Amino acid sequence: MTLKVRVIPCLDVKDGRVVKGVQFLALRDAGDPVEQAQAYDAAGADELMFLDITASHEGRRPIHEVIARTAEVCFMPLSVGGGVRTVADARALLLSGADKVSINTAAVENPDLLAACADAFGSQAVVAAVDAKQVESGRWNIFTYGGRKDTGIDAVEYARLAVEKGAGEILLTSMDRDGAKNGYDTVLLKAVSGAVTVPVIASGGAGSTDHMVDAVKSGGADAVLAASIFHFGEIGIGEAKQALAAAHLPVRLT
Amino acid sequence: MQTIALIDYGSGNQRSAEKALWEAARRLGKRRDIRATADPDFIASADRLLLPGVGAFAACMRGLAARDGVIEAMGAAVKRGAPFLGVCVGMQLLATRGLEFGETQGLGWIPGDVARITPADAALKVPHMGWNDIRAETPHPLFAEAAGRDFYFTHSFAFTPEDPATTTASVDHGGRFAAAVAKDNVAGVQFHPEKSQASGIDLISRFLEWTP
Repeated sequence: MTLKVRVIPCLDVKDGRVVKGVQFLALRDAGDPVEQAQAYDAAGADELMFLDITASHEGRRPIHEVIARTAEVCFMPLSVGGGVRTVADARALLLSGADKVSINTAAVENPDLLAACADAFGSQAVVAAVDAKQVESGRWNIFTYGGRKDTGIDAVEYARLAVEKGAGEILLTSMDRDGAKNGYDTVLLKAVSGAVTVPVIASGGAGSTDHMVDAVKSGGADAVLAASIFHFGEIGIGEAKQALAAAHLPVRLT
Repeated sequence: MQTIALIDYGSGNQRSAEKALWEAARRLGKRRDIRATADPDFIASADRLLLPGVGAFAACMRGLAARDGVIEAMGAAVKRGAPFLGVCVGMQLLATRGLEFGETQGLGWIPGDVARITPADAALKVPHMGWNDIRAETPHPLFAEAAGRDFYFTHSFAFTPEDPATTTASVDHGGRFAAAVAKDNVAGVQFHPEKSQASGIDLISRFLEWTP
């Protein structure tokens, strides 16, 4: 009767291979992103996120082939981020089979890139990735270059601007919580989700299914993203959904 | 062998739609000649047609019109009675007009307008993005098994047909709007069956077997 909370596993891909991928399944090739994508597809993931952490961004990158091969076998929404700097970069990823392109540093430096991409592909294909770190109580700044550079830009203000420019979704990562497994930053989530009209994906800090419930209930997130806890099998996709359902949140049970 | 024309006009979901058509045909165990094409001859004589579409209504309509003879060829196939399925913006293009960035004429095969979603609850987000379950409206063989199942949606505009009876399924996001429409041999779905895992492939399989 209603839109479901999405559970989204994220795979880090470097040079076409998964880094720190699924380790709880006996996969033929644990480094193959496509096998991992299929495992998550079968497990009932609502969407998949590929984060390309390949250093060089020149020419046709292995990530294109990864997406194309995944799109052949997984009939589910695919997002991809990492190294998107131009409309041409975004187009190449979408043509490979991605449904959404997540843009981080390049959009912070030039928010008009979001507008150009939304004009070319529609807002539904444009995700603004926001890496935020708390600098004082109730204030988070955007950090770029993988969290190394403090831009001094207010994360909530930027999220608002990104949506104004045409982003159809916000991928909000708490740099403070990322990898810490002590829960999503629900205060940050609440601040951003309350400030924008588009869906917000919670990222950074997932350590338990309770954290996912909190991200939605306290943080107002529309989707929860996690990487390592899924890859290591600490939490299954189905288990996450059962927990959300038990907390009376709408989920898609497959 | 049955021919299936996937209308090629540069739509972002064309590749996924093509893969999903192949997968549906494979599951049915049927050989099909599936082609992504802008060839008016192939389109006009195709046994079935699928029109994909993502992005903005006006941009999609322009893209279609820029392919010589494609709209005419689709029209000829529809007139002949060939089953036709529009997906997402491909469904919206069936309308009389789109109201995004001014007014744009649609194909007009199912009279109605496409306008921005305005959820009654202001806390609900637009785009309507994610999985949502559909409810059967006017009974229709294409959507009989789809009722109650979740499909993947991602859109900010919705199609309101003039004749409510052409709405065959609806979805709720701060108010109900059309999730599927059908009139004679023309049908459309607002969601993305090519991105809706088993539910989506099942629906495309049904389309491949549908005899209006």
